[in-house]
Amino acid sequence: MGKLCKGTVLLFISAIILFGCAKKIPKEALQLTPESLKLRQLQTRRFDSKDEKALLVAGAGVLQDLGFTLDESETELGIIVASKDRSAVETGQVIGAVILMALTGVPIPWDKKQKIRASLVTRPAGTDDESTLVRVTFQRIVWNTQGQISKTEPLDEPEFYQEFFARLSKAVFLDAHEL
Amino acid sequence: MLSACIVLTGCGTSKKQLLATNKSQLQLRSIQTRAFDTTDREKTLRTVIATMQDLGFVIDDANYILGLVSGTKLDNFQLRMSVTVRPRGETQLLVRAGMQFNVTQVEDPEPYQQFFTALGRAMFLEAQNVD
Repeated sequence: MGKLCKGTVLLFISAIILFGCAKKIPKEALQLTPESLKLRQLQTRRFDSKDEKALLVAGAGVLQDLGFTLDESETELGIIVASKDRSAVETGQVIGAVILMALTGVPIPWDKKQKIRASLVTRPAGTDDESTLVRVTFQRIVWNTQGQISKTEPLDEPEFYQEFFARLSKAVFLDAHEL
Repeated sequence: MLSACIVLTGCGTSKKQLLATNKSQLQLRSIQTRAFDTTDREKTLRTVIATMQDLGFVIDDANYILGLVSGTKLDNFQLRMSVTVRPRGETQLLVRAGMQFNVTQVEDPEPYQQFFTALGRAMFLEAQNVD
């Protein structure tokens, strides 16, 4: 088999593995685990205010400050959905790909762009409580230089959430209590 | 030449996916639907939202008047879920969930069972089967 043919077969196989043709929904996809509860704590803060709308509006402001565009909102249910499209280029990956290409002669794609999505949800903390819970969740889709989806993943790094709530707290002049 | 014809005429049937489902309409509905003993639409919708977030979904859209919530879970797969909440008689609400895993409709009962178990717990109510 010629070098190009072998390379094409490899790429084809990796494409199938990557996009999981006929992959079934994993059992854990809809299971609540101790991880889920940890994530809930990471993504949620309690604010001593009953004014959900004010918190939503302030949250929308923080998202806009972070460069997000607001896509959807529903005040009655306390939701704001936002997204931003950015470059996903990572120098290390590009260098690695270029070297591999030079060695094998096979075109190796690298991550090019990503869409980061965010949902901000408010809900009353409880019927007799004077506070509101605010939960924000992030995820992203990454496309490579060949226009294929290279990865889809939740964004669960604690710094993202700490930064978001620090800004929200400042915007509403209230402390963001952890659960 | 003949194989080329077969390949070429094969194209265009992928449009039929618009109407295609594997399970019968009735079977699918019963897998995807549960009834709850409550009439509080807002609380139920908010609990659906919170449960979806607990399960790792990012909410895409919600509409209070129409009783809709949809979201996506991304984790090396794309799992989209749409939930509707409607009244059922005078005393209940009907919750119907539809899921799509990458490019296939989810028609196994188990994922829906997992979702309704989580939702029922969050609502402190039993998710009742509907035929």
